[in-house]
Amino acid sequence: MIVRKLIEAPDGRGKIFLAILVAAAVLVPCLNLGLPPSSALHVPTSAVALWGKYLCYALLALSLDLVWGYCGILSLGHGAFFALGGYAMGMYLMRQIGTRGVYADPILPDFMVFLNWKELPFFWWGFNWLGYAALMVLAVPGVLAFVFGWFAFRSRVTGVYLSIITQALTFALMLGFFRNNFGFGGNNGLTDFKDILGFNVQAQATRATLFALSAVALGLGYLIAQAVVRSKAGKVLIAIRDAESRTRFIGYRVENYKAFVFTLSACMAAVAGALYVPQVGIINPSEFAPANSIEYVIWVAVGGRGTLVGAALGAVLVNFAKTTFTTGVLAPYWLFALGALFVLVTIFLPRGILGLIPTRPAAALPNGAAAAGPAAQPAE
Amino acid sequence: MRRGCRERYAGLVVALALLLGSAFAASAQSLERQSFDEALEKFAADTYNDTDAAIAGVAGSGNPLATQIIEALQDGRLLFSAGDKKIYLREATGAVLEASTGKPIAGAEPADLSPVRVNNRIRRSIEAALGGLTLLSPDPVRRLEAARAVFKSREANALTALETAINKEAEPRVKRALEEARAAIVAGKPEAKESDRVAAILLLRDRGDQDARGVLAGIPGGQPASLQKALTDAITTIDNRLAAWSVAQNLWYGLSLGSVLLLAAIGLAITFGVMGVINMAHGEMVMLGAYTTFLVQEVIRTGAPWLFDYSLAMAIPLAFLVAALVGMAIERGVIRFLYGRPLETLLATWGISLIGQQAVRTSFGPTNREVGAPNFMSGAFELGGLTITWNRLWIIVFAGIIFAGLLAALRYTELGLQMRAVTQNRRMASSMAINTGKIDALTFALGSGIAGLAGVALSQIDNVSPNLGQSYIIDSFLVVVFGGVGNLWGTLVGAMSLGVANKFLEPYAGAVLGKIVLLVIVILFIQKRPRGLFALKGRAVET
Repeated sequence: MIVRKLIEAPDGRGKIFLAILVAAAVLVPCLNLGLPPSSALHVPTSAVALWGKYLCYALLALSLDLVWGYCGILSLGHGAFFALGGYAMGMYLMRQIGTRGVYADPILPDFMVFLNWKELPFFWWGFNWLGYAALMVLAVPGVLAFVFGWFAFRSRVTGVYLSIITQALTFALMLGFFRNNFGFGGNNGLTDFKDILGFNVQAQATRATLFALSAVALGLGYLIAQAVVRSKAGKVLIAIRDAESRTRFIGYRVENYKAFVFTLSACMAAVAGALYVPQVGIINPSEFAPANSIEYVIWVAVGGRGTLVGAALGAVLVNFAKTTFTTGVLAPYWLFALGALFVLVTIFLPRGILGLIPTRPAAALPNGAAAAGPAAQPAE
Repeated sequence: MRRGCRERYAGLVVALALLLGSAFAASAQSLERQSFDEALEKFAADTYNDTDAAIAGVAGSGNPLATQIIEALQDGRLLFSAGDKKIYLREATGAVLEASTGKPIAGAEPADLSPVRVNNRIRRSIEAALGGLTLLSPDPVRRLEAARAVFKSREANALTALETAINKEAEPRVKRALEEARAAIVAGKPEAKESDRVAAILLLRDRGDQDARGVLAGIPGGQPASLQKALTDAITTIDNRLAAWSVAQNLWYGLSLGSVLLLAAIGLAITFGVMGVINMAHGEMVMLGAYTTFLVQEVIRTGAPWLFDYSLAMAIPLAFLVAALVGMAIERGVIRFLYGRPLETLLATWGISLIGQQAVRTSFGPTNREVGAPNFMSGAFELGGLTITWNRLWIIVFAGIIFAGLLAALRYTELGLQMRAVTQNRRMASSMAINTGKIDALTFALGSGIAGLAGVALSQIDNVSPNLGQSYIIDSFLVVVFGGVGNLWGTLVGAMSLGVANKFLEPYAGAVLGKIVLLVIVILFIQKRPRGLFALKGRAVET
């Protein structure tokens, strides 16, 4: 029943998107592993790792679009959930190093031996099992987002105020994780991973598998998000985005809807982070930097806010541009390009790239909050 | 600053002493001279007994060279020539002086120079003589230092020298230090009379600093009851006093940080209040102000170095102008197209901030630029138990002036009136023939200009680098969000309470953890008061 609902939901654009994902999940590993490097169709392993990273970013953008595009919550702290998911995965990978670390301690990761710690802190217990780590990937950011969202939405913190405190949240976490005695490796973060479930993380086959998993996760994330926004609850979310007070007056518990979608989105971001870490091989506190979280928002804006597919597309496009830019002679000008992107997209492309393609009116966004109606003028 | 003061003071005293003393000096000098020369000759015998007598003689002669000679003896730099029975000093530089005159020797040094020998007995005599000598030194600065050294060492042997020095001492400050040194010795000396010891403890209590507490706490337990009581009372008194000073110090640091936050946040509060726009490029306006200061100083350094002390005064209007013009350009060029879309404005201004940072990085380089401090802003002075640096004090004053000026401008000027009108109800203001577009542009220019002024102040205490603005932006947001919008007093209270809270948390939690705690507190506070401390009351439905 649920599965049928999930599969029925996508519109035309969504079907194309899913088809591309499935094709990528199957073809890329095959072309990478099955063909010799000399072949014209061979996909180099570096490209697999790179595009796997883009897919994780796409899932992150998708999760952000779910809250921003459909519920009007501009989170400037989604990097926190992404990084927390990444840290949970990183902790599993650290425990897998075992005696192969520099200090060859069977239990303690290197940085703890270095800090002269004698025992594993309690929050590291259980991370030698992937299942437990996977649970934590979802639970820690989920609980944090729920508690944070519950308090914020219940006291009706909205708009820029909410954006600022989400930013403060990720900033606080960044400061915390930068501390050595916090127990997560300080500013070096977690790195030097050896294997995952017994497979070498550096190996070609592992990378190809992780790529396929990322594609599958992105597809699943899309289906879940799509199902949510198409459901009755999704309609309420859109109503909240367009006229929060009216929705409340009609009798909906706005804070419950918001807390739900915020938590769901945080979990999706965390999964993206968990898949990202084994592919790039490091997680450190700079992932929490507020600047990163703002950058994620621009991916969504570029692709098209409130379209889901657009968010994923935007993430891939912007990151592809970033890689191309920053590896060439144009590297010093990347920040100019990114800054210009922020300005130009918000002024000239308020609906992003997908907004250029005509769609059915039902999916269209209103022209900003102020156009919502005469009764909803800002208090300021 | 402190040092300069003391030296000037010392100079005055020496001058006075010279004037008064010159009348007696003539007759006394010849007598002193004779005893000094006699004592000095004994060194040449180079037997321990003679050396010991020589030390006492030289130290007692009151000759200004006495200290130098005995120090040389201590270091093995006092030489004698067995042939002509004369004493020489070897300087650390290697030059040889005649001990009797302190002048470099004429011609080559005698061939048979050898150092005067010392043993442990002599070393003790040397130390006692040196301690007494410096306590009796004609230079009050030296006397003060000696008294402080005795206070630290609490050497019981110095007691007699101290007594002599106290009786002779005329300057109250030095006398006080000498008495404290004596008290430090007496308080811990079991042989001393109990009443003397209690008096000593009371004296130390009145001194009331960490050192005095250390002396008192070092006295072992098991003393007679009355003494023990005086001791514990004194320690408690000192502890209370120290705690009070440390609170004052934290308060001062907090106010200092708060004024920096106020400077950085106040422009943001204006634009946010009037336009409902979060300007993420605000930090870059601060940075522009700091770089303007740097450029002004560069021009002054190359063109007119004598104007350096006025560089900040010149930078202030320039920084205001530069930042205000850039701000107006941003408003007219970008923000005006985004009205009614505060979240998009946030993103667009973030883009501007990235461009601004990178532009500065490409033109000025990524490294810190040095902005000098004019004379009146360097150094520090002491106020009771507080150390107050001039630059911090000036920044607090500067922040206060800007705050008052802004308050007055909003209250009494035409623009201020219109800005307040737009803040309270934009549509109504517009109906009353206020050109809201013009007000927006001017508000943004004003807010940015003030950020530029903040940059001038921050260039004095922080690194002038392309990241300067970024490091303050989150704090400034918190101040605005905490204080509430549309009321400058809210910003003031927000900035000061965040600054003070930060400094009071630091000793308990450390700088980073303190900051985290503060962020969490603000996050929790926002839950309670979503519109800040000083929320603007209105009847309109919030969107």
